[in-house]
Amino acid sequence: MIPATFTYKRAASAEEALDLAAEYGEDAKFLAGGHSLLPLMKLRLAAPEVLIDLGGLRDLSYVHDLGDHIAIGALTRHHDVEHSDVLASEIPLLAHAAGQVGDPQIRHRGTIGGSVAHADPASDLPAVLLALDATFTARGGDGSREIPAGEFFQSLFETSLEPGELLTEIRVPKPSDRAWSFQKFTQRAIDWAIVGVAVQGHSVALVNMGPTPLRATAVEQALAAGASPADAAAHAADGTSAPADIRASTAYREHLAQVLTRRALAEAH
Amino acid sequence: MKVDLTVNGKDITADVEDRTLLVHFLRDVADLTATNIGCDTTSCGACTVLLDGESVKSCTVLAAQASGHEVVTLEGLADGAEMHPVQKAFHEQHGLQCGFCTPGMVMAIVSLLKENPHPTEEQVRTGLEGNLCRCTGYHNIVRAALAAAAGETNQ
Repeated sequence: MIPATFTYKRAASAEEALDLAAEYGEDAKFLAGGHSLLPLMKLRLAAPEVLIDLGGLRDLSYVHDLGDHIAIGALTRHHDVEHSDVLASEIPLLAHAAGQVGDPQIRHRGTIGGSVAHADPASDLPAVLLALDATFTARGGDGSREIPAGEFFQSLFETSLEPGELLTEIRVPKPSDRAWSFQKFTQRAIDWAIVGVAVQGHSVALVNMGPTPLRATAVEQALAAGASPADAAAHAADGTSAPADIRASTAYREHLAQVLTRRALAEAH
Repeated sequence: MKVDLTVNGKDITADVEDRTLLVHFLRDVADLTATNIGCDTTSCGACTVLLDGESVKSCTVLAAQASGHEVVTLEGLADGAEMHPVQKAFHEQHGLQCGFCTPGMVMAIVSLLKENPHPTEEQVRTGLEGNLCRCTGYHNIVRAALAAAAGETNQ
């Protein structure tokens, strides 16, 4: 399979990427690692006329400890997030979850910013970053703005990024409660999660339980009210709208969310 | 568009369609057909090659993205008539049955051992998550990876 025809442009800098995006408008898409976008293009589920390759922007690949938070360049590959010493000691949930994305080959190419901007609710990192109360820096023609993770994911593959805006950085506050767990249930190792659960302290977020990554608000409220982890986990499917597909029915996912949340809370605390 | 890649140490410049995938470039332009196309959906790993020294699935990389970079395929591993230690280990441990997944498996293991020269058996198994063997011949593939890591190949 090969994608439908498109024009390839390689940006040498963030400025050039923004200029190209302004020039081509909605016909263009940014290409980071390409491990979400290229498969969709091969299946003709996406057919942008122009691809703006960000692969050359190595200055957007970094993990910086800035005291109360960690700043991660949007083009930092999953492999580098997984093996970051700073993240391993400060935010092990994120380093661990990055190591669960796809397989080694995918992690050599895929980027944290690409995963966030793609906004697939079945992807691991959007839910993990939601549990971690991350904020995303978007850069456009008029400068940069910060978008909290809770306001970023709008719907299936839809984010609050404006056309022509480029996600440049992910900022993750260092968690005060260091208890964490990431549970992911798959058929094959390399598959997307049928359901996943990320726990940091008393924050709980769900993978693949709706059109966006979701905070398990009912679980968090139950924990805050003093419920046991097992009792709180029983609320994991409250307010979700899990999809039904070839891998699992909605009811199966709802049950799985409760089981995985119980395991995650038990492992974390 | 014009792309310029270093493949197995050799500079290859070609005019290709913008949408050309790296695996098609390697097979059809560079005429290096050890790299197989299996699932074509980033799942099976048969098309694994090294891009700047790291394993990637060449069905999910554009030739344009690899332009200016260095690619190594299975054909680039041997030193003249002398097989690469991972190739030797596959030979000695009988790490293949039908052979279709083998080039991708070998490249994935070369990358794995570069990052982790002395993996445990479990690390080899998880490190090969991205490579499927349709003969299910995993045991000898894992043995070959461990033998290569231990330097246990006949000279």
